Amino acid sequence: MSEHKDHRVQQPTRANGGKREMTRRQFLGYTLGGTTAFLAAGPVLPMLRFAVDPLLQPASDSDWVRVVEESEITDEPKSFTFVVKQIDGWYESEPTLEAWIARGEDGKIFALNPTCKHLGCTVNWNSNPRFPNQYYCPCHDAHYTKEGKNLAVSPLPLDQYEVKIEGGFVYLGSLGPNQLVD
Amino acid sequence: MLKSIYNWIDERLDVTPIWRDVADHEVPEHVNPAHHFSAFVYCFGGLTFFITVIQILSGMFLVFYYVPDIVNAYNSVDYLQHKVAFGVIVRGMHHWGASLVIVMMFLHTLRVFFTGSYKNPREMNWVVGMLIFFVMLGLGFTGYLLPWDNKAYFATQVGLQIADSVPFIGEYIKTFLQGGSIVGAQTLTRFFALHVFFLPAVLLGLLGAHFIMIRRQGISGPL
Repeated sequence: MSEHKDHRVQQPTRANGGKREMTRRQFLGYTLGGTTAFLAAGPVLPMLRFAVDPLLQPASDSDWVRVVEESEITDEPKSFTFVVKQIDGWYESEPTLEAWIARGEDGKIFALNPTCKHLGCTVNWNSNPRFPNQYYCPCHDAHYTKEGKNLAVSPLPLDQYEVKIEGGFVYLGSLGPNQLVD
Repeated sequence: MLKSIYNWIDERLDVTPIWRDVADHEVPEHVNPAHHFSAFVYCFGGLTFFITVIQILSGMFLVFYYVPDIVNAYNSVDYLQHKVAFGVIVRGMHHWGASLVIVMMFLHTLRVFFTGSYKNPREMNWVVGMLIFFVMLGLGFTGYLLPWDNKAYFATQVGLQIADSVPFIGEYIKTFLQGGSIVGAQTLTRFFALHVFFLPAVLLGLLGAHFIMIRRQGISGPL
């Protein structure tokens, strides 16, 4: 193995009227370090940008999907399924989604997503005798009113789909936070 | 700031001798291109290692998007190259680097051969270098199939026929690599496993041995 020379770093001297001077070793250190960092950035930055690409993708808006005839909607929430086109990277599929659709007290139609806002299980309407006429989540007893207001466990109300009525049919759009309850 | 963090660690663990041992050593005059420009031929080994590092890094990043499955492999490569930012650069580094690493390794081998550096006491390092050469060719062969396009498929078809022609054990080698009776789903996952886990692990072990030996024995003397 090679012998080790003593690389004692010299302190910068205060010559030139107190102006701090750089030693040769420091100058070379900064120059070589800077050049190395610049050269390393060449391959490393593209790879990092490549890896974080999903963070920088804009959120995509979903299209309107025809779900059910308007006349089928009652005051009691009912579950309807509908198919959406989904592009997931290189994989395109048509998953089936579920919405609970009902008329509010003002007669307006609204649609809730049954994904519990506690930890993401699926809620059901009127499925537990302890909580009649409520959405109930079997995982941790979270329950919600007909409008999706969170009554226990869950920190937020159920998410709501955009609703459009056209030609006697209910169309659902993108999913967003609940606007029916505060 | 950095200096004080380093000192704090160094006081406790005494790390300075470790990295000095690795990084701080004499470069003899006859291998330093600043003294004799023709000494650039001594750079090929280091360049091979440099490109190997790029290959490992870019490969690790490619696996963020790649899937080794016959239905999705081609589409995932197409997606990562054309839809993901800098995909063409990251895949380009891996694609061109794969060829370049073979070229640099070949030039390094020529230099070692014509300077007679393989002779006593460095015979073992030559043998390890040859093993590295074959592992690199294996990495090139297994990586070529992964995009799962026509070129990949038929290159593998041909490569496996060549393996098949080995006397006595050829058939077994072929079936082992193919994972079945056709080049298909099982071949792709096998090649993927070999390409990203087994061969790189062997390669890193051999590179470690290669470098330890060269530090023990030093660079061979001038011609």
